Amino acid sequence: MKNRLHVALFIPCLSEHLFPESALSMVKVLRHIGAEIEYVDGQTCCGQPAFNSGYHQQVIPLAERFIELFHAKQYVVAPSGSCVAMVRKFYFDLDVRQQLHQARAELARKTFEFTEFLVDVAGIEDVRGSFPHRVTYHDSCHLRRELGIAEQPRQLIRSISGIDFIEMAQPDLCCGFGGTFSYKYKELSIAMVERKCRNIEESGAEFCIGADSSCLMNIEGYLRKHHKKARTMHIADLLATSIENGKKNLIR
Amino acid sequence: MNLKASETKAYIKAALKDKTLRQAVDKATQTALQKRAVQVEAEPAWEELRHKAHAIKCEVLEHLDAYLELFEKQAIANGMQVHWASDAAEAQRIVQVIVEENDVRSVVKSKSLTSEEIHLNKFLSEQNVETLETDLGEYIVQLLDQIPSHLTAPALHLSRQDIGKIFQQKLGVDYTEEPTELLAIARAKLREKFLAADMGISGVNFGIAASGCLVILENEANARLAIGLPRTHVALMGIEKLIPSFQELPVFLKLLAPSATGQKQTVYVNVVGTPLQKIAGEGPEQLHIILLDNGRSKILADPQLRETLCCIRCGACLNVCPIYQQVGGHAYGWVYMGPIGATLIPQYLGEREGRYAPFLSSLCGACHQICPVRINIPHHLLKLRKRVVDSGNSSRLEKLAFRLWAFLARHPKLYRTVTWFPGKLQLLSRKPFPVPAYCKERALGTFDVKGFRKRFIEMEEINSRKVAEAQRMRKE
Repeated sequence: MKNRLHVALFIPCLSEHLFPESALSMVKVLRHIGAEIEYVDGQTCCGQPAFNSGYHQQVIPLAERFIELFHAKQYVVAPSGSCVAMVRKFYFDLDVRQQLHQARAELARKTFEFTEFLVDVAGIEDVRGSFPHRVTYHDSCHLRRELGIAEQPRQLIRSISGIDFIEMAQPDLCCGFGGTFSYKYKELSIAMVERKCRNIEESGAEFCIGADSSCLMNIEGYLRKHHKKARTMHIADLLATSIENGKKNLIR
Repeated sequence: MNLKASETKAYIKAALKDKTLRQAVDKATQTALQKRAVQVEAEPAWEELRHKAHAIKCEVLEHLDAYLELFEKQAIANGMQVHWASDAAEAQRIVQVIVEENDVRSVVKSKSLTSEEIHLNKFLSEQNVETLETDLGEYIVQLLDQIPSHLTAPALHLSRQDIGKIFQQKLGVDYTEEPTELLAIARAKLREKFLAADMGISGVNFGIAASGCLVILENEANARLAIGLPRTHVALMGIEKLIPSFQELPVFLKLLAPSATGQKQTVYVNVVGTPLQKIAGEGPEQLHIILLDNGRSKILADPQLRETLCCIRCGACLNVCPIYQQVGGHAYGWVYMGPIGATLIPQYLGEREGRYAPFLSSLCGACHQICPVRINIPHHLLKLRKRVVDSGNSSRLEKLAFRLWAFLARHPKLYRTVTWFPGKLQLLSRKPFPVPAYCKERALGTFDVKGFRKRFIEMEEINSRKVAEAQRMRKE
């Protein structure tokens, strides 16, 4: 029997406290492709909010904890590009203990964003799912520009049968969330999400798919408050739902 | 106009309500980006050029002292008078001496951001020297007594209707919003000044170290007139503007115009080495170059942030910035604006006065992606945010909040207890958890009382029960 992929779940704060369903969907999809799943207890936050705000001293102990908890795992997978970018890239900007430098490098090599893991590591090209709706895709900034992940999620979306995938105008335009930016410069942040939502609406999509819950929370928050029809959906939810639909179709 | 940190927010709020401003900025930035995309598409070596430009600039910065010495030697040999200014006051004094020695009464200026940095117009007018901006955009913002709102398009924040009104009020002409007519009005006003001016002041796009020459790029021929007609030409250049030789110039010429305005090339590429009088028998008798430091050597000495000196002032990072696109350049409150400005502001003005600038970004990284010299602006902003915090210039409340949060995040059980609370409160009050700072025009997600961890554990228990059940059934 082929070696199974062993995945340690890296659950970002927003997934833990606000969007657990999406993280559970990720678990379902990973199981569906035959991965073994482990939840590493004791994990909290990777430290990104404090890092982006300039509080490196506060982040260092969190980064050290995170490295110790995860570095020995085979794969570490998170449903978020920005949290993965934090671990994979920005941990190297932190003055962590000398003894952990090697572990930090190891961890960076084995940490993956969910869609990247599916396509580049697990070699999944087609999830054999079905989702008969019109969708568009929002490129999260860190996912696309820090990690260079743009094709993998699109490939997965296109593989779903019955889906009508349409690119919105400027799919990689920032949604305006930016962590603490969203309240430090609230009015600007709102003006930015307004533009994003206009692009989504004009695409005619029913769902805006994304791979970061933070962007999706920002976008959905605006869409709801302004009574727009379109909704957001995390790509893990899309894939899990599509796989379920696909199974039902087979039974039928 | 130099905004204080506290004024930035107020300016942004007002700018967001100014529909004309937003439309003007949006239209101008989108047009520049579309035209840029066409040029980039037509240049197969674009990425290679970016890498080259970055390498050349970094190499020059690495050995800037040697390049500056070489430049000075060659420039003097060419007949230029070379001056060194360590700060704005010294640069002003140098200009003052030249003005006095040559009995200068009127100055025509071509576009120079460096001159904004040292408040040259204000200084000259205090010396009773009439100073006129001759770049059309600069001319317009000068009429309004504003600073440029864009690195290459100073009046980008104004519509042509705005400009029509400004001309009507300030110049006493009939209202028109026809670009050709507006241009003709400005041209007529400027032409007589060019002919009468005693001195021309310009900026410099590139200093050529090996040849001691200055390269001045422009589209309107106003720089040609400003540096070619008056008796004296004073050029002002930041010390970081050098490139090794003419051999490297094409790399930058190919990158700059497409990035700035989406043109293949600027209309004019002026190269100045020797006072024109010596060669042509007419034009300037004197050519002065002022090499300005004004904080640059401090940045140069900082290996972490030195890369920000690679900037060639094209303005592409402004055009692509989703924040700049919303409110324009005046929101940044200083000479250099947009993403690159946000990195320069705290470096030039200090971490206290410039503390707001590195946070005026969502760190989306579009600026890094577009930068023709590949400056990693978002990473520099992150480093500068750290410096603002480390130098004690972040708010006390924020500091306390992050300390508390970091303490909790090191204690998972405590962390879970505290984070459980918003969900519970939400459930009891049947209202979304109130985060007024965030929620004005958008709803926050719903806090989940259980959270992923608990849900996952439950799911696992159900699954293992099912498996056990199935095994028992099989045995029976």
